[in-house]
Amino acid sequence: MAIVKNDSVIDQEWITLDAEADLPPGEENIIVPLARFKEERETLIGRNGGLGVQLNPGDAPEDLANDLDRLSIITVHFPAYTDGRGYSYARVLRERLGFKGELRAIGDVLRDQILYMHRCGFDAYELKNDDDVSLTKVRAALKEMTVYYQPTGDGRVTAASLRERRRAALKSAS
Amino acid sequence: MYRYDDFDRQLVLERTEQFREQVKRRLSGDITEDQFRPLRLMNGVYLQLHAYMLRVAVPYGTLRADQLRQLGYIARRYDKGYGHFTTRQNIQYNWPKLDEIPDALLDLAKVEMHAIQTSGNCIRNTTTDQYAGAAADEIEDPRPYCELIRQWSTFHPEFTYLPRKFKIAVTGSPNDRAAVKVHDIGLRMHQNDAGEVGFEVIVGGGLGRTPFVGKTVRDFIGKNDLFSYLEAILRVYNRFGRRDNKYKARIKILVHEIGVEEMQRLVEEEWAQIKGGSLRVDDAEIAHYIEQFAPPAFETLSDDDSEFERRKAENREFSNWVRSNVIAHKQPGYAIANVSLKPIGGIPGDATDTQMELVADLSEQYSFGDVRVTHEQNLVLPHVKKADLFSLWAELKNANLATANLGYVTDIISCPGLDYCALATARSIPLSQRISERFSDLDRQHDIGELKIKISGCINACGHHHVGHIGILGLDKRGKEFYQITLGGDASENAEIGKIAGAGFSEAEVVDAIESLVTKYLGIRETGERFIDTYRRVGMDPFKEVLYGDR
Repeated sequence: MAIVKNDSVIDQEWITLDAEADLPPGEENIIVPLARFKEERETLIGRNGGLGVQLNPGDAPEDLANDLDRLSIITVHFPAYTDGRGYSYARVLRERLGFKGELRAIGDVLRDQILYMHRCGFDAYELKNDDDVSLTKVRAALKEMTVYYQPTGDGRVTAASLRERRRAALKSAS
Repeated sequence: MYRYDDFDRQLVLERTEQFREQVKRRLSGDITEDQFRPLRLMNGVYLQLHAYMLRVAVPYGTLRADQLRQLGYIARRYDKGYGHFTTRQNIQYNWPKLDEIPDALLDLAKVEMHAIQTSGNCIRNTTTDQYAGAAADEIEDPRPYCELIRQWSTFHPEFTYLPRKFKIAVTGSPNDRAAVKVHDIGLRMHQNDAGEVGFEVIVGGGLGRTPFVGKTVRDFIGKNDLFSYLEAILRVYNRFGRRDNKYKARIKILVHEIGVEEMQRLVEEEWAQIKGGSLRVDDAEIAHYIEQFAPPAFETLSDDDSEFERRKAENREFSNWVRSNVIAHKQPGYAIANVSLKPIGGIPGDATDTQMELVADLSEQYSFGDVRVTHEQNLVLPHVKKADLFSLWAELKNANLATANLGYVTDIISCPGLDYCALATARSIPLSQRISERFSDLDRQHDIGELKIKISGCINACGHHHVGHIGILGLDKRGKEFYQITLGGDASENAEIGKIAGAGFSEAEVVDAIESLVTKYLGIRETGERFIDTYRRVGMDPFKEVLYGDR
């Protein structure tokens, strides 16, 4: 297991709690499922220590709209790589709700999906491989393609806008 | 016609390289078949009964001569000398070897083609009217929008792992030849009260085991807003479509379960948030794409060509072909020529390497190098001078490509069935061949008139049997093939799902059953009625009676 973010392997600094697990007494950084966050919101935001939320398929990222600035991390769980709901959640969080914290893909996260995840706004990936293999995979995946047709808010320039720039340049040159 | 620029070219080359690496990883055992499966599917590579199958995308059914010629070359070089045109306007090769597929993809890339997203739970190849840009009844050429949809949907990062596959079809004509009402999204171009041309958006149509005619979620969306609207629909589907059961995962089930009003509400709510965003396509960009599909350099001609009329009068075979296979063109003096891939007793949609090369040559000679693939598994030369039709016909005839049966009872849609497909429960090709032979007499076919028979070899309905005037579904009953007949289906603007006539027929009985239906129709039709019209007038009972009597 390794977490890759910003071209390096990072430490796991978060404890993920399920619906029932006791809250740790100290200032540990914790991640709770969305349902628990909604139920115990007051307690959770009153704690010291970092707070994050895990989104599972079927959750509504909009439920976090008013609390995003309290969250340092949101994890999006892919129970199987074929369940693509998390891609939409990521775009809603980044592009619509303006979430600026870490957006981490967890679960069945495989090399051949990482570029798509990145394009949708993920910046961290938890892979099942060891550190070196994970880093190599993420690096390879992110540079496999260089042409992008869709504007997704990830900062990559689309083919359409490059074409437009070129047309504009030709026009001003003539 | 659209030409790739360096961005498109680069993207396809990168994809080809990526797949070459993936195949290498598979062949060396680095990845298992299970891990390889989704990767190959996204590149159009299926594992069939006997071999891998490669499905190549023909975006919106439009081919240039050099592309069709290359498809012929690929059939010869990587397959057994033929290819199969499909109901999605694509072409499938049935016998490629896995280790050679990356080379085949590279050969495709050389002519600006690919196999991207011809499978998998993603947005598939967009289909449209095969007569786009040529049809006399067209409001506007839909292909510029199809190309924009192609780009928007290619490697869409959010919509590559949808609940299920997703098919979009567009028609620019009120006479729907693209079956838009039985697609996940159907777009129908029309003019609103203000005189602007835009799209009616139909969602949730589909065939398969639970067929539905799509429902309109929006009467009119302007061209600039089409792409944000599509994105809104796809996002609603990706988030809320069912994923617990593969047979309930298509958008048609979502629309059916929550109702079209709720679907509309969700889509409009989503769209309201994104419509002002970067998916809005401005008029200048649309104009740029329209320009790429500009009409070819038509000559100014009289619509009456005396030579053409003389040939028709003199040659009955030619005039028969004109009667069924030639369609009105919007440009005076020109016509649309359909090339039937349904020779009597042949395999529907199959073409040999040399036939493909010949049609490519003929398209250069007679049709501005433009060829179309139809969802009814035929080819089209869309822009032929009437004065050239006779020479064209003579050359097609020499290659067994001039069967005069377009829209007739032998112009059958058929899936590959159990002869190739791992999902099939019965054979469909041999049945289509026997029906074709039974009705081979051309005068009789003409007398019967338009009659669309569609055959699927399993419930997944790739042969569109639900929308056949007569539909045939091949099933398996305790190890024996039997065939269920549906009546009254229609894929046009008057889309209907056919109704099951009753118990199925054995392989030995089914052709007689079809013939008895046709005989009944001939006996009771009123002047000018097609089979489907008669069925609509009299209903199921008279037909049921000839099939089952007192049974």
